[in-house]
Amino acid sequence: MIETAYFASLATLAVLFAIGVIVSRNTVHSALFMVAVLFCVAMLYLSLAAEFLAVVQITVYAGAIMVLFLFIITMLTPTKEEGPNRLVNRLPWAVLLATAFLVGVSLMIVHGGTGRPPVGAVDGAGGLPALGGELFTRYLLPFELTSLLLVVAMVAALVLGKRRV
Amino acid sequence: MLSYAWLILLFPLLGFLYSALVGRLLSRRSCGIVGSLAVGLSFVVGLAVFFEMLGMPAEARSVELPLWSWIVAGRLSVPFGLLLDPLSVMMVLIVTGVGFLIHVYSIGYMHGDDGYARFFALMNLFVLAMLMLVLAGNFLLLIVGWGGVGFSSYALISFWFKKPENASAGTKAFVTNSIGDVGLLFAVFLIYLTFGRVDYMGVFSEAAGRLPFDGAMATAIVLLLLVGAAAKSAQIPLHVWLPDAMAGPTPVSALIHAATMVTAGVYLIARAHPLYLLAPTAMIVVAAIGALTALFSATIGLVQPNIKRVLAYSTMSQLGYMFLAVGVGAYAAGMFHLMTHAFFKALLFMAAGGVIHALAGEEDLRRMGGLWKAVPGMYVGFLVGALALAGFPLLSGFFSKDEIVYAAFASQRGSAVLGALALVTVLLTGFYIFRAFFLAFHGASRVEPEVAHHMHRPGGAMTLPVAILTGLSIFGGYIQFIGGPGAIDRWLEPVFDRYAHPVPLVAGAETLQEPLMVVSVALGLVGIVGAFLMYVVFPGAAETVGGWYPGLYRLLLNKYYVDELYSLLFVRTGRWVGELLSGPADGFLTEGIVRGAARVVQGGALWLRRLQTGFVRDYALAVLAGATLVVFYLLQVGGIR
Amino acid sequence: MIAPTSHYLILSAVLFSIGVVGVLVRKNPLVIFMSIEMMLNAANLAFVTYSYSLGKVGGQVLAFFVMTMAAAEVVVGLAIISSIFRIRASIDVDDVSSLKG
Repeated sequence: MIETAYFASLATLAVLFAIGVIVSRNTVHSALFMVAVLFCVAMLYLSLAAEFLAVVQITVYAGAIMVLFLFIITMLTPTKEEGPNRLVNRLPWAVLLATAFLVGVSLMIVHGGTGRPPVGAVDGAGGLPALGGELFTRYLLPFELTSLLLVVAMVAALVLGKRRV
Repeated sequence: MLSYAWLILLFPLLGFLYSALVGRLLSRRSCGIVGSLAVGLSFVVGLAVFFEMLGMPAEARSVELPLWSWIVAGRLSVPFGLLLDPLSVMMVLIVTGVGFLIHVYSIGYMHGDDGYARFFALMNLFVLAMLMLVLAGNFLLLIVGWGGVGFSSYALISFWFKKPENASAGTKAFVTNSIGDVGLLFAVFLIYLTFGRVDYMGVFSEAAGRLPFDGAMATAIVLLLLVGAAAKSAQIPLHVWLPDAMAGPTPVSALIHAATMVTAGVYLIARAHPLYLLAPTAMIVVAAIGALTALFSATIGLVQPNIKRVLAYSTMSQLGYMFLAVGVGAYAAGMFHLMTHAFFKALLFMAAGGVIHALAGEEDLRRMGGLWKAVPGMYVGFLVGALALAGFPLLSGFFSKDEIVYAAFASQRGSAVLGALALVTVLLTGFYIFRAFFLAFHGASRVEPEVAHHMHRPGGAMTLPVAILTGLSIFGGYIQFIGGPGAIDRWLEPVFDRYAHPVPLVAGAETLQEPLMVVSVALGLVGIVGAFLMYVVFPGAAETVGGWYPGLYRLLLNKYYVDELYSLLFVRTGRWVGELLSGPADGFLTEGIVRGAARVVQGGALWLRRLQTGFVRDYALAVLAGATLVVFYLLQVGGIR
Repeated sequence: MIAPTSHYLILSAVLFSIGVVGVLVRKNPLVIFMSIEMMLNAANLAFVTYSYSLGKVGGQVLAFFVMTMAAAEVVVGLAIISSIFRIRASIDVDDVSSLKG
């Protein structure tokens, strides 16, 4: 009972916040709605026995990435209204196609399925031991490459951000 | 035995190579000597073959001589092989004998000409091709020789090609001959289809077995052969090239267009007689064409002002006689006339050439006259040739022409109509040739003063062959009587009796022989006397008579407007088609299809270009659209919906 | 799991679609970028859902990598956006249409 309410409310909130992201005229408002969405998703991760990921989501995604977004928003005339939308005639197409896409995927989900009941948590500790184990054994190379990726990203940001003198 | 016969081909080949490659650089004068020598040596070898053959029993006188393996393709194996038999040997002797005399004559006639070496090279080439034609042992080699003489004829007609008329004359000959070549080619295709082989001995021995008598295949084959023969021998309706061919030097006219190449058609029909005898309907066609051509060309020859053209139409007419002969099955008579005609027609051309040479190129009878004193040797030669042509008693032409007229009436495949046509032509022949004779050599001189001033007698190189041919024209007929009448028939018997039954004579026809002889002689004499009256006794009578029938006169003078008819039918049509294709049709094809395709692609590209709006969000929309399609595709595959 | 698998997945699809609409409709490059991040999140949700449903940890591993990469991507992307739009003095993604053709 409480589980259904938990999921239902989180889901509804996530959708409403998401709509808020794309609808807000004010960019800062959009960013804040985005943070809310990320938070709801993190809560859902908790219900999926992925506690580590939930925490990482909040820390990295909501905490770092969205903050970065906010920095840039404020740097680039943050609250200016958008000009007239020259491509307003694309809106019906976009909605139509997105709806069609959604319907299609939903059909796949409903008629698909693995044919088995969900197995459940990988192990009792939020999957963290298992997650760590995989990361440092099977996925060691991608893991190390990811760290290289982060370095590259930092350097790129520094270079791109330079003002030409 | 007879294995050395290939030398007959070797000498003209060497002569050609010498004149074409070496002689023109070393010594131009030597080309004439080498050329004549080459043909002379072939004649000697031919004589050797002839005498050796005489020593062989009659049935053994067909010797196949394969020289090398030429074509080997699947089941078809064609050697480069010669067939030595009485017919081919007879042709060899005529070609090389008369050819030799004409080569010697040319040394004098072509003296000083720029293309002296080229002339003798081409003449040797021609002799080579002609010998290949008559010596061939199979139809494919025949075609090689056939094409070779066609080319040489073209090259020699347009020898003085710097004048456009000469070049067109050569082209006209070549094109008309090509039509004949197509006929010949198709005939050989049919022969191969029917027999699976193309060698004479094989085809002829199996002919009776494989071709139903008077059947469609036999008739088709021989009619196609006739197309080839008619083109080569200038018979109706493919005769139009021969008068124009007189644009070539006179020795060319003498050799190619009188004595040898034009007889190739007659030779072909004679050679293929086993096939012809199986298609009597076609034989009638052959005889009819011959008789009609004989009459037709004789009428034209009555009014022509150019002396060589008179002789050209005369050749056409006499070839008609030969076709008539082989059309009614009188093969020996046809070959006999072929031989005597070679003698006296070459003589006539050479005498005319002597006159033309003396007059520095004048060929128009209206500007000649009274030349008997100036060129007596040519005068005598022309006279003898004319008498032989007209069938004056005891000269060569008399015997051979008589045999043909008799055969036209007497053969089972002949008819009185054909005979009558032949007789009328005899009358006309006497008239037209003596018209030319009297106009050229008698009466008041109408020669231009300029030309008359520079007249000179032809030299020894020209006079000697004329003298020899004069002798042959007088006595050549007696060849038929060596060892008794019918010597030539006996000589050729192994050929014409071998594969098919000869055409018998109508019962009781022998009684016609003497009366016919008298009639034809009489007719010839009437013609001669008529010409004498009109051109010597009453000069100016010709114009008066011409005034009585102006339309008829013009019709004859313009050769019945056949050339104009052909020009309208074929040349105009061809041009019209060409213009149609190069204009609208080409426009449709290139503009319409090719360019149109390009334009469609371009238009499509321009239209597609509108997708590149430059707006990133539009591209994202496109990606979404694609993704949606994939989703639905997967749904389909998964069996949902 | 407190709800059937399909509910999670449908939620993921809905969030993804909303993100798509955001990319297509908004002109502000930053909002577009945020919508892209939303799409990534939706995908992550799907991965984690399957990880739970199948009992394998691979889904979580992948979601982890996605998050890391999203961070790197955001860094570079924002650097690019800020360098473009600092020069142009407009924040309209339709202005960068010089590939029109």
